[in-house]
Amino acid sequence: MIIANRLTKQFDDFTAVADLSLQVNQGELVALLGPNGAGKTTTVRMLSAILRPTRGEAFVNGHHVVKEAHAVRRSIGLLTEQPGLYDRMSGLEYLQFYGRLYGLEPDFIERRSLALYDRFAMPNTADRRLGEYSKGMRQKVSLIRAMLHDPAVLILDEPTSAMDPHSAKLVRDAIDELRADRRAIILCTHNLTEAESLADRIAIIKHGQIVAQGSPLELKQQLLGRPQLELHADRPLNGVVTQLEELVTLELVQEHVARFRTDNPAVTNPILVRKLTESGVGVISLREISQSLEEVYLQVIAG
Amino acid sequence: MAFGNLSLPTREDFRLAALVTRREVRDSFRDWRIIIPIILLTLVFPVLATVTAQRMLAFTAQYGGELVGERLMPFLLLVVGFFPMSFSLVIALETFVGEKERKSLEPLLATPLSNGQLYLGKVVAALVPPLTASALGILVYMVGIRLTVGWTIGLELLIQILLLTAVQGLVMVAAAVVVSSQATSVRAANLLASFIIVPMALLLQAEAVIMFWGTYATVLWLIIAGLLVTTLILVRMGIHLFNREELLGRDIDHIRLGWMAQLAWNRFAMRGEDGRYPSIRLWYRQLFAFLPVLKLPTAVLLAVLALSVLGGLLATLLFPFPEALQAELTYERIVSNARQLQLVVGDLPTVIFFHNLRVLALAAILGLFSFGVMGVVIFMLPWAVLIYLTAQFALAGGEPLRFLVGTVLPHATLELPALLLAAAAALRWHAIIIAPPREQLISESWLLAAADFARVFIGLVIPLLLAAALVEGYITPRVLLWLYQ
Repeated sequence: MIIANRLTKQFDDFTAVADLSLQVNQGELVALLGPNGAGKTTTVRMLSAILRPTRGEAFVNGHHVVKEAHAVRRSIGLLTEQPGLYDRMSGLEYLQFYGRLYGLEPDFIERRSLALYDRFAMPNTADRRLGEYSKGMRQKVSLIRAMLHDPAVLILDEPTSAMDPHSAKLVRDAIDELRADRRAIILCTHNLTEAESLADRIAIIKHGQIVAQGSPLELKQQLLGRPQLELHADRPLNGVVTQLEELVTLELVQEHVARFRTDNPAVTNPILVRKLTESGVGVISLREISQSLEEVYLQVIAG
Repeated sequence: MAFGNLSLPTREDFRLAALVTRREVRDSFRDWRIIIPIILLTLVFPVLATVTAQRMLAFTAQYGGELVGERLMPFLLLVVGFFPMSFSLVIALETFVGEKERKSLEPLLATPLSNGQLYLGKVVAALVPPLTASALGILVYMVGIRLTVGWTIGLELLIQILLLTAVQGLVMVAAAVVVSSQATSVRAANLLASFIIVPMALLLQAEAVIMFWGTYATVLWLIIAGLLVTTLILVRMGIHLFNREELLGRDIDHIRLGWMAQLAWNRFAMRGEDGRYPSIRLWYRQLFAFLPVLKLPTAVLLAVLALSVLGGLLATLLFPFPEALQAELTYERIVSNARQLQLVVGDLPTVIFFHNLRVLALAAILGLFSFGVMGVVIFMLPWAVLIYLTAQFALAGGEPLRFLVGTVLPHATLELPALLLAAAAALRWHAIIIAPPREQLISESWLLAAADFARVFIGLVIPLLLAAALVEGYITPRVLLWLYQ
């Protein structure tokens, strides 16, 4: 659906994106993460056929972004970083304008717009001027604009940035449904929790290059190592440390608590629990300590 | 859809452009900051102009100066039409750069709209409200002046004023697009708009003088034609500049002096991508390989040269020397002048060389501010003068060919190619912003063309001018004496 091959964009002597390669398949959501100025917006603009790559090439929905720019723009729904609405128009007038640019019929635009207004919990507001909308509502209208022509590819830049938790949830559910409906989606966000919950894969961009890429789990394993486990016992663990060390890599032992890593928890953990029980130490709990995507991100960005 | 690439617009182009226009016009009509001044200028100002005309007519009649009052009426018609039209500049700046500033341009650029459709839609949108207001204002003034003083405007003048108003609006809007493309905020665009307002104000003053002069029919047509040509140039530039790359390629107004200098130097020195400089021989080989690029400007200059020859001949017929002056054009006088020149022959080549350099520098500088027009004019003037003098010599009974061979031919064989090369490279540099190569930004193409001009100038023109100056100082006077003694 989206294939970028060694995309490079230079502005005068400044390289905004360098040799970026990326693939997003049908029904897949890839989150682009990176600090401000990393090259996310330039990448998105090249994939949306707004900017021409200096080098490299990209295909969206089978169309070349330079040679078939018009077809690419038809295939894409772009939610820009700023909503960029026309304040003196009503929501419906605004969507009518955009829908007609995509060749949609006015009746269809009205039906679909009102349905999406309801979907995003904004009933009976489509006739109000956009200047009167709240930040979150403006963001939702932009999203409706991007979804209006039912595009095969969606590129969403910070879709929930100005929204209250309820609205953000509605939008995340809508994105999930779009993915289930076999759309290819690129999500640019600084919200790591959102990226982790929505993305099939994550690509971290730094200085215009992808420096890490994979599923959230793969990234965590690559960058933070094997998952860490924590065990709580009903007695002091001093007497069983040697037994534990034979099975796992111990990282911390306190009186009733031990933290360790193991290559194969499915095999090791039952043995460990059995041995402890045989030694007279009862296991109160054994759990995986969650490793956040934030740790991964910070580690990658710190370089 | 290739409208952006300057092929003819299709029906679909017009449909999509009309959508943009309708949205923009509706937006303008909802903005009281635009509507109230337009209404005032449409309805109130023409009434004031009518009253002014009526009073002035009565006042001047008291002193037998009815003519002044009568001349005021067409002038006021011009002003009544122009004032609402001046809003096209404000609307254009708002619609082009305002949209960029409000960040509503990017979603629009992500739609299937082509650059040309968007450009057309926005230009028409910037013209429709002021043009409507202008036509209404003219109508109100015409009715008012007919009812109060009984003056009826002639059909030709009415057409001229309507056309002039529309073309002035077009020029302002087309120029506003060019200005907007170089600014990221309305504030910056308003500052740059001085480059539009000042020439338009001067033009209006010139038109005022013409209207009071009384014989304006032909001159107004010429002004309309001149403005149309200016519009075409600005529209061509605008279509090139109004593209996604230029509009979103840079978000901050800044000048990268280091990059600019590097780019120009690398082109001038023909520095390779590996950072190595070519040998002098290779540099010259690359320079000669570049010369075919100058084919089009050279063809233009040769056509101009032919025109200047015709102009010189025409001027001779229209303005022949008086008999007393013709009597001076004798072989004896030429020989005597040539002998005097021989007295200063030591300094002559230096004087000639630096004079030619000064002229070329002047042409290059003036051409920068006139899309190359002034450069071309300076190039054609000496040839027109030379032909004029030669023809005068012929009128006085001399042999023109002998005169040309004796006074010009020896050094012209070097000087003419030098001037042609310099003028062609300068014309390409000056005019490249009208139609820069599609793959380059306007600043980039301008800098590269400037570097090409410098290459041609330093590599070929200066050596040729030096050689020509030596020939003109040492050989031409001898040829002259040999021919005439």
